[in-house]
Amino acid sequence: MSNDVAILGVGMHKWGKWGKNFVEYGVKACLDALKDAGIEWTDVDFVSGADTVRNGYPGYVAGATFAQALGWTGARVASSYAACASGATGMNAARAQILAGMADVALVIGADTTPKGFLAPTSGDRPDDPDWLRFRLLGAANPTYFGLYARRRMELYGATEKDFAKVKVKNAAHGFKNSYARYNKKFTEEEVLNSPMVSDPLRLFEICATSDGAAAVVLTSMDFARKHTANPIKIAAISTVTPTYPNTVIEMPNFATDSSAVVGLPDAPFRDSIAKAAYEEAGLGPEDLDLAEVYDLSSALELDWYENIGLCKEGEAERLLNDGETTMGGRVPVNPSGGLACFGEAVPAQAISQVCELTWQLRGAAGERQVKGAKVGLTVNQGLFGHGSSVIVTK
Amino acid sequence: MTATTEAKARVPAMEGWFSIDENQPHLIGTQCTSCKSYFFPKETFFCRNPRCSGDEFDEVELSRTGKIWSYTTNHYQPPAPYMAPDPFVPYTIAAVALDIEGMVVLGQVASGVDPDELSSGMEVELVVEKLYEDDENEFMVWKWRPIAASSQPNTPPKGDN
Repeated sequence: MSNDVAILGVGMHKWGKWGKNFVEYGVKACLDALKDAGIEWTDVDFVSGADTVRNGYPGYVAGATFAQALGWTGARVASSYAACASGATGMNAARAQILAGMADVALVIGADTTPKGFLAPTSGDRPDDPDWLRFRLLGAANPTYFGLYARRRMELYGATEKDFAKVKVKNAAHGFKNSYARYNKKFTEEEVLNSPMVSDPLRLFEICATSDGAAAVVLTSMDFARKHTANPIKIAAISTVTPTYPNTVIEMPNFATDSSAVVGLPDAPFRDSIAKAAYEEAGLGPEDLDLAEVYDLSSALELDWYENIGLCKEGEAERLLNDGETTMGGRVPVNPSGGLACFGEAVPAQAISQVCELTWQLRGAAGERQVKGAKVGLTVNQGLFGHGSSVIVTK
Repeated sequence: MTATTEAKARVPAMEGWFSIDENQPHLIGTQCTSCKSYFFPKETFFCRNPRCSGDEFDEVELSRTGKIWSYTTNHYQPPAPYMAPDPFVPYTIAAVALDIEGMVVLGQVASGVDPDELSSGMEVELVVEKLYEDDENEFMVWKWRPIAASSQPNTPPKGDN
């Protein structure tokens, strides 16, 4: 277990639509994480920023932006962009510095201010950018891809719209009292099924919104952490894998999959391979999980993740859901935080916020949404263009 | 709107990605001359198969028929650069598996097709239809149409919505 690093502190700014500068949210999350860790900003020797591409230049160099906002200290700095996986990439950069002995205390921060409505591509005439082209030639906004996956579950496994609505109902109930969540509202299946259709079969209340928000973690060497706490929560694995060629599942923002005509199918499809790499690194398996935070960009996508992270076999996710195994009190609660269903997506903060939730859960400090006796948790997430993201947190 | 449609030139909305032959339109991809892997959109300078270092590609016409992998109908207008008609009209997008190429390719479903009639595994063929237009041109794009539907009278896409 020599590859462990400690999560000494965590902090978040409430998700919402506040319209303020993203730096303000991020500073609040950083200060909370530092306070939670019991250290000063001047103790940090590596700052790792997860970038946002929607807030101009300061967003592209998030590490330096937050280092300046907190006061220059001469700390080493890095900034990472990996779309939704940016937070995991930022945490991985920090972990590598610590494990290499080049830093003892790292602050990882992601924050965003997002516009209303669909996430849109970078503006201008950009025919060389597949992200621009998919809007131009297909009208394929992100929910299009979620709709394709959802319909596929219906056609292949007999999933129903009711199953998808149940995921939203479950997550809304989980996050009902989460003070960091944007939406603290319970839903009935009927309310979900009566919301407007967006990308058939997915409805408005089943597709994640875009939000403002911020999350930060203080990662340290195990030696440093033990000077501050007897039983530090640990990161046992961070998987940031790419797909393996050929990637045969259609993914944002692509027009087509890779071709398996000559090479044949890979050992594991991309989404399976993300968690697989994390399990291998931690020496753990899905049977060891007490809870998971998965990226429910849509209600139906959460069901795909059950299978991708090995909670059940392919085609069994609806049964797992309907048996209550992934609900609070079940065998392995999924998204006890409320997930994206309650938060909406603040892209660079999201993977970090997943780790914040696991940390509170493993400390036994999650209050009314506490998963009893939680010892091992996994996060999973995926960034546009092929950035995998999965973190395993242990006691 | 419709009165001037006849006179406009029909040009691909994306040059070189597909042919706009009325009867037999094809997507145009490339094939690595070393490992024979297919690519769409075209790969032209280095093979993406990690165990191949091919840097020469033949331009190839992809199969113009395939089977539906999945499909979805968009009921909300997406942001620019999508050129939505006014008023907005919902449209269906299908992911279609091409057997020979071993790949899945997205495309809108041809106008006039009822999405309730679609199902996974259904055979579809490639057609070209207008995506949007300006004062001089109709910009064409590839779409998928159920093969069963093609035996019906071939109604051209309407000039307006």
